[in-house]
Amino acid sequence: MPNLTHLARLEAESIHILREVVAECERPVMLYSIGKDSSVMLQLALKAFYPAKPPFPLLHVDTTWKFREMIQFRDATARRLGLELLVHVNAEGVAMGMNPFVHGSALHTDVMKTQALRQALDRYGFDAAFGGARRDEEKSRAKERVVSIRSAQHRWDPKRQRPELWRLYNTRKVKGESLRVFPLSNWTELDVWQYIYQERIPIVPLYLAAERPVVERDAALIMVDDERMPLKTGERPQLRRVRFRTLGCYPLTGAIDSNADTIEAVIEEMLAARTSERQGRIIDHDSAASMEKKKQEGYF
Amino acid sequence: MGLAAPLAPSGLQAWQAAQASKGLLRFITCGSVDDGKSTLIGRLLYESQLLLQDQLEALESDSRRLGTQGEQLDFALLVDGLSAEREQGITIDVAYRFFASERRKFIVADTPGHEQYTRNMVTGASSADLAIILVDARKGVLTQTRRHSYLVSLLGIRQIILAVNKMDLVGYGHGAFQDVEHSYREFAGRIGLTDIVAIPVSALRGDNVLESPASMPWYRGPSLMQQLDTVVIRNDVAAQPFRMPVQWVNRRNQNFRGFAGLIVSGSVRAGETVRLLPTGVTSRVGRIVTADGELTQAVAGQAVTLTLQDELDVSRGDLLVSAAAPAAVADKIEATIVWMSEEPMLPGRPYLLKCGTRTVTAAAAPLKYKVNVNTLEELAARQLELNEIGVVNLNLDQPLAFDPYALNRDTGGFILIDRINNNTVGAGMLQAALQPSENVHWQALDVDRANRSVLKNQKACVLWFTGLSGAGKSTVANLVEKKLFGMGRHTYLLDGDNVRHGLNRDLGFTDADRVENIRRVAEVARLMTDAGLIVLVSFISPFRSERQLARSLLGPGEFFEIFIDTALAVAEARDPKGLYRKARAGKIRNFTGIDSPYEPPEAPEIRIDTARVSAEQAAEQIISQLRNAGVIDRDWVFIP
Ligand SMILES: Nc1nc2c(ncn2[C@@H]2O[C@H](COP(=O)(O)OP(=O)(O)O)[C@@H](O)[C@H]2O)c(=O)[nH]1
Repeated sequence: MPNLTHLARLEAESIHILREVVAECERPVMLYSIGKDSSVMLQLALKAFYPAKPPFPLLHVDTTWKFREMIQFRDATARRLGLELLVHVNAEGVAMGMNPFVHGSALHTDVMKTQALRQALDRYGFDAAFGGARRDEEKSRAKERVVSIRSAQHRWDPKRQRPELWRLYNTRKVKGESLRVFPLSNWTELDVWQYIYQERIPIVPLYLAAERPVVERDAALIMVDDERMPLKTGERPQLRRVRFRTLGCYPLTGAIDSNADTIEAVIEEMLAARTSERQGRIIDHDSAASMEKKKQEGYF
Repeated sequence: MGLAAPLAPSGLQAWQAAQASKGLLRFITCGSVDDGKSTLIGRLLYESQLLLQDQLEALESDSRRLGTQGEQLDFALLVDGLSAEREQGITIDVAYRFFASERRKFIVADTPGHEQYTRNMVTGASSADLAIILVDARKGVLTQTRRHSYLVSLLGIRQIILAVNKMDLVGYGHGAFQDVEHSYREFAGRIGLTDIVAIPVSALRGDNVLESPASMPWYRGPSLMQQLDTVVIRNDVAAQPFRMPVQWVNRRNQNFRGFAGLIVSGSVRAGETVRLLPTGVTSRVGRIVTADGELTQAVAGQAVTLTLQDELDVSRGDLLVSAAAPAAVADKIEATIVWMSEEPMLPGRPYLLKCGTRTVTAAAAPLKYKVNVNTLEELAARQLELNEIGVVNLNLDQPLAFDPYALNRDTGGFILIDRINNNTVGAGMLQAALQPSENVHWQALDVDRANRSVLKNQKACVLWFTGLSGAGKSTVANLVEKKLFGMGRHTYLLDGDNVRHGLNRDLGFTDADRVENIRRVAEVARLMTDAGLIVLVSFISPFRSERQLARSLLGPGEFFEIFIDTALAVAEARDPKGLYRKARAGKIRNFTGIDSPYEPPEAPEIRIDTARVSAEQAAEQIISQLRNAGVIDRDWVFIP
């Protein structure tokens, strides 16, 4: 009997986690961020509950500054799969005129993402939320639990996180508390790409190289995705062949020059020139301990 | 031997094919502080080229700023992402790191820190196939080395790499290496570890980490990386009999009932006879359903959905096993427990025990002994403190299907969960079902309310239903009792009318008699909670003060005032026993609501608005509130 491959084992582990949480929680939801990790997570959910559909909705916390192609992809995906898609926007943030160009990435992310997520979880009363985070993303994530518990205020108390042994996850909580669950904890960026390749999982075209209008700012290539982007004097969008390693709000996501217009080519480029994906996320550079702090406040 | 090397653009397909056959190896690294664990892991990450460009740049600048190696790279910094947390007083238990070679992907469980060592190591070891035990060549086998090895063997790891590190500091001497290897093998043999490969390395210089070095010509064996890459993992689970804990019942439509789960050992074929535990009934596997098509056979490690040819009552928590080689079923099991909570483990106290997908309630008999992890001595003990390990007999409230941990980690390993704060407070390994005669400790305990409740897997309490005549108290109380009964709970229902026919036959309806009526009922209810029962009292009980009296007889959290809130007009319109009509006609005196007052509760634990919910919904609401209050647990399923 052949041994299972590493991708087969990772897949089975993730499916197991998804099912455990669905079986033991009352109202789970999948945080669908439209990125490659979400796409993989969604594929795993389709498999876990097959032939039934995943028994939970998808939730997208829309900051209103996502790439337009992401939104199209999101809606098309939900339609194609016949899944319930909830979109939440922090209306207060919109009323405040929240704008990453004006208010900076930290405040924008806090209001439109962190707070918005909390609002959405409260509004629908979800008691477990699946997220696509991986332990290899960052040094400080290496010790992250698969299942972590949050207080009714969505705070993450390091002291209350539970040891995880074997395949046993403790999902118990009192009313008001909720769980964050990371089924992809043991996947690496490379595993994700390989799986996308192996399973032919659809991804947002922004991951593949194409001519796109960009400006160069603070050593980052920012795509001019709509007219809300204020151009500085002398700044002119130029067409460059670029792709994105990670997707978020377009003003905060740097592109890289690339010719890789197929998944195979992306994997090749990745293996040849290695730059970790978080580098494209401007949010991380704001402060060194930013991730840890954001997590305590309820960011994913 | 190369690692995941950058490929030539045309090589992708070959590369992808190699990826597709890549295996996975999970291991744990154990060593004392400063033995060089971080340096070693950091080097493995670095050498396997899984480091990305910006991480390398960060490493270079960190090395210049913080490193201990002058102009050289300090690999330990790569895995030291935890120092910040350490300063913040955050407990770090296990960090997981990833690297890959051409043949395998590796998941490393790294367990830093001193204080929580046992807990951390046990957690990391629980999912590892192999352990690297790191020893400083200058110091040799230390107490810690022995402790780590004991924990590793306790958790069922059989394959050990003894990495004798800092060989550069002993002049790469063969003798030094042999001394360490010799004394380690001697000790390890005593705790049942025999599959040991000893490798001399210098993590700092990289000697024998990847390549066999020139510095130790006397060494002929594999480098550390070669060993990790080629070691044949004894795949015990594949050879064990078929086991699949049922996770979730897939009911896509009326015609489909599939049982979803991960096969934790053995394999299963369509058409094969399987047994369902704990009930013991058998059936044949119908289809093996996966999103990638139906399978004729599925093996350990696969997550599948099975259908059965017979209509069995299968639910989450059941274990599907090979009919020819089923698992044991018992409610008294000997186990080794590792305690992980600041609050000690007390014999007799009930904890939730989760094994596979099943959760039961377990209480430990007095400890047989605890183990000194440094000397391996067996010591007498009354309780287990944080990081202590002990052997106990567990009494379960219902039978559990299991295998001895030594045979199967997934059907023999369990966690213990505190019923009040829901923390994971312990982990353990099931050993063997007990003969009835061995189970004498339980009887030796003082029998009191708590013990009686534990035996019944519930928290004894009084559910006091109050409300107008005809409000629906008895209907709802009856439904609640039925549901509790169906969940295997022990209950008793005291109903106003019934009690008045016997115990309170001598009482009438004056205010004084009403008070005495309630006092007696409250006393009886209290006695019954002493017996461990959930007592349902369905009495109009119109006066606040008497309900307060009943409450005062019970402890905090043991009295649930349930207000069945129905408007007088509604109750009167229903008039199921024709009593309102008689009262209005003056044929009954002192009738509550008509010529005697009803004082509604001010702060009932539960309020049921009968105008809004059906009796069924009311009963559900009450059950769910009892769950939240910890009176009953949600996972408990009654198997008739
Ligand atoms: N000479 C020498 N020093 C080493 C070797 N491995 C680690 N060290 C040093 O030992 C110290 C502790 O190493 P570290 O990896 O932080 O140990 P940890 O506490 O086990 O993680 C550091 O100063 C390392 O540079 C080795 O093979 N040879």
